[in-house]
Amino acid sequence: MSAVATAAGYEVVIGLEVHAQLSTRTKMFCGCSTTFGAPPNTQTCPVCQGMPGTLPVINRRAIEFGTRTALAFDCTVNASCRFARKHYYYPDMPKNFQISQYEEPLAEHGGLEIDVAGGGVRRIGIQRLHLEEDVGKLVHEGTLETAPSSLVDYNRAGVPLMETVSQPELSSPEEAAAYLRAFRAVLVYLGVCDGNMEEGSLRCDANISLRRRGATELGTKVEIKNLNSFRNVQRALEFEVIRQAAALDAGERIVQETRLWDADRGYTRSMRSKEFAHDYRYFPEPDLVPLELDLAFVERARAALPELPRAGRRRFVEQYALRGAEAATLTGSRALAEYYEATVGAGAGPRPAANWILSELLRVVPGDDEQAVRDSPVSPAHLAGLIRLIDDGTISGKIAKSVFDKMAASREDAATIVGREGLTQVADSGALALVIDQVLAADPKLLADWKSGKTAAENAIVGQVMKATQGKANPALVRDLLKEKLSKT
Amino acid sequence: MTTDLTRLTMHALAAAYRAGEATPSQATEAYLARIAALDTRVGGYLTVTAEAARAAARAADARLAARRPLGPLDGVPLALKDVFCTRGVTTTCGSRILEGFVPPYDATVAERLAAAGAVMLGKTNMDEFAMGSSTEHSAFKPTRNPWDLSRVPGGSSGGSAAAVAGDLAAAALGTDTGGSIRQPAAFCGTVGLKPTYGRVSRYGLIAFASSLDHPGPITKDVRDTALLLGAIAGHDPRDATSVPEPVPDYVAALDGSVAGLRLGVPREYFTEGLDPEIARAVREALEVLRGLGATTTEISLPTTDYGLAVYYIIAPAEASSNLARYDGVKYGLRVPGRDLIDMSSATRAAGFGAEVKRRIMLGTYVLSAGYYDAYYGRAQKVRTLVKRDFEQAFAAVDLIVAPTTPGVAFKHGEKEDPLAMYLNDVFTVPVDLAGIPAISVRGGFSATGLPIGLQLIAPAFEEARLLRAAHAYEQATPWLERRPELS
Repeated sequence: MSAVATAAGYEVVIGLEVHAQLSTRTKMFCGCSTTFGAPPNTQTCPVCQGMPGTLPVINRRAIEFGTRTALAFDCTVNASCRFARKHYYYPDMPKNFQISQYEEPLAEHGGLEIDVAGGGVRRIGIQRLHLEEDVGKLVHEGTLETAPSSLVDYNRAGVPLMETVSQPELSSPEEAAAYLRAFRAVLVYLGVCDGNMEEGSLRCDANISLRRRGATELGTKVEIKNLNSFRNVQRALEFEVIRQAAALDAGERIVQETRLWDADRGYTRSMRSKEFAHDYRYFPEPDLVPLELDLAFVERARAALPELPRAGRRRFVEQYALRGAEAATLTGSRALAEYYEATVGAGAGPRPAANWILSELLRVVPGDDEQAVRDSPVSPAHLAGLIRLIDDGTISGKIAKSVFDKMAASREDAATIVGREGLTQVADSGALALVIDQVLAADPKLLADWKSGKTAAENAIVGQVMKATQGKANPALVRDLLKEKLSKT
Repeated sequence: MTTDLTRLTMHALAAAYRAGEATPSQATEAYLARIAALDTRVGGYLTVTAEAARAAARAADARLAARRPLGPLDGVPLALKDVFCTRGVTTTCGSRILEGFVPPYDATVAERLAAAGAVMLGKTNMDEFAMGSSTEHSAFKPTRNPWDLSRVPGGSSGGSAAAVAGDLAAAALGTDTGGSIRQPAAFCGTVGLKPTYGRVSRYGLIAFASSLDHPGPITKDVRDTALLLGAIAGHDPRDATSVPEPVPDYVAALDGSVAGLRLGVPREYFTEGLDPEIARAVREALEVLRGLGATTTEISLPTTDYGLAVYYIIAPAEASSNLARYDGVKYGLRVPGRDLIDMSSATRAAGFGAEVKRRIMLGTYVLSAGYYDAYYGRAQKVRTLVKRDFEQAFAAVDLIVAPTTPGVAFKHGEKEDPLAMYLNDVFTVPVDLAGIPAISVRGGFSATGLPIGLQLIAPAFEEARLLRAAHAYEQATPWLERRPELS
């Protein structure tokens, strides 16, 4: 049962809140390292533990990253912004308030283009972009309510987070997933976030409501948390569309609440509303002065922006004559786009380079993992070398695939492997047969002479095959192939 | 010899060291002996760090013997209000909720004093989380006024002021959020200076109200205040609200003349609530200053009446936020509970005193959705008006002269009504709201022999002007000749 079918008659309205951990070296308000996976509480200091008397100091790099992202999303960067305290009690938050931004965020009024079903493009508005600090992590068995004790790890507390809130303009779970993919690609291009959803570097909450088609007022929205992959964003929203549509069909009222996505069981469930009925008592953070961003700072950030995924995609289509979908995949990560261009730059044709990357490289390297692409066992230069061997006829395309696998395993270049293992066309009867066919097809008289059994004709054919393969073909093999071919005709 | 050392100002003690007439160890032993003998009666200290003091004094002895002192504070025995975090030394902020808390770091001011060679004698008593004007609201014990042990020393820096007045420390640091340096200085007859906001780092100062907390010196005379301020002032990269303004030589500024200095006397400070003895003392002080060549004019600070109201919205609001971290999870007191929420509630119920709870509730209320604009938002606007009042006044005068407090030191238990207690700060609170510097010096005595505080107020970052006038007044009056009879 598809979500769309069930929800026929309803319009789906979705907005996404994305939290991205910025890949600064140090935390938002202190000098502690942000490295993921260190032993508990080894990356903490009095400031990020919220000890009495400590004070926050803004990480300049985080402001740069936020500004860069805001500009990439076409936002207005505010000349002055402020941090504010957001209060709620939870033991993973050392001060029992989070330093965030409220009335005066870093940037506002941007947008992001996404592909929509049917090949179109839509611009989804971005309301605001602000910076805040992450919280720590509670470690316990089972749920917080039933665990006999909890341990708290403050390594993550104070890591810079960038929160971006979209307009409620996404009209399907597919669009929501497309938004998140496009969003992630921009962040990764900018180098401000590693985009790793499994490690929690990128987290997404969704607001979703349904309304009767044609209705002007928005329906009651439900917030869904714990969406830790593209797939889960889509699945959770699809589930929610069906749930809300069924409820509305049954004449029920949608409760405004926060629901948690349970990926294992494939459904959303209500979180206790008591815990989340917060009055955050926001007020301006008195320990930090308002942050003034001068125009020169913003303009420097703008000038330093790299080419973004959508622009790169357009350019790839124009410059390399790629199909839109191919260009989209290749520009889906900055490292992959750079890999492609490096391969072309090393002499490979744009077409074979694209084919090899899309069909072979992405088989051995996850394309959305920037670091994995940069550390690819087959370098762009090596891939270009392989393509050159095919182009100049040294090896066949079929042999090339096995050479590629060997390159991936050994990190050697193609020529080394081909030379050592004698994989040149000489030993490749299939490739030679093709050359013979080409020679015969080009000269019908020769073909007729050969079929009539003239020895001179056979010698001439062998000579032309040798010429075509630049002397690399084995003449004996060519003669064997010719005999075999003749016996079949 | 040793008993005399505790009577000396810091600068006199430093001179004695340089002249070879005394050593830091001798002075430190004298203070430790006097604390042992008298502090059970005064109650100035919460923690005495005798061994660390002796070790620091020996190191200072060696530097002085080698004629390589770190500066004028080298070897001088000082005390710190227990609001300042001290590495390895229990820091309670006068609260049960921080009983046994040992910070792993030093407040910037503690670090700077240590770098200047000062010897820390211990941590002084205070109203819990600096909320109070009598030091009766310490969770551990009350402090008594050395001039009359039945009276309060003022607060919240009452322990620091009583220790300095009772010769239990050569000088001390306090903090002033609504008057907590100047009011106890007035009650105990010491000098107390609240610097400009941002002049002295707040890093390591356990926050009460972040936008109002000012660390500053409490000393025996104005020259010592200049010395101590010079040692602690200056930009600190760990405090984003500290200001990178250069620090002048405050001691060098003392010897200028006050001739031609224009003094403003705010009409609104001379109201019914002001003790006539204090009003007279201030008018006499103005005579003295005129005699030194200053001119005086009456000025108006029309928002004076709103100061307390604004303060009792902003300070509790910030306090309710700053004190949210005391939940039993990470440090200090933990009262077990059925679950996390129960544990935090039980810890806070047992750990905070009545006055602290009152202010947390007040602050939580004024920040609540639906009330924010009416209270906190409005209070911030009025705060701007208070600041503007002072700015306008300083267009016509160089300094403002006023009483520090409406009355002299009151008796323990005399002001049990919180509002009566809050009224004590009516002349000090506006200055905190404006963030400008002010000093309280000894301005005479009441008929009952209690000290009266004279307050001088200056524009932002004009501490040098303030100290010069205060010093000239101190030199021209006999008030420092009297001392409390403790022993």
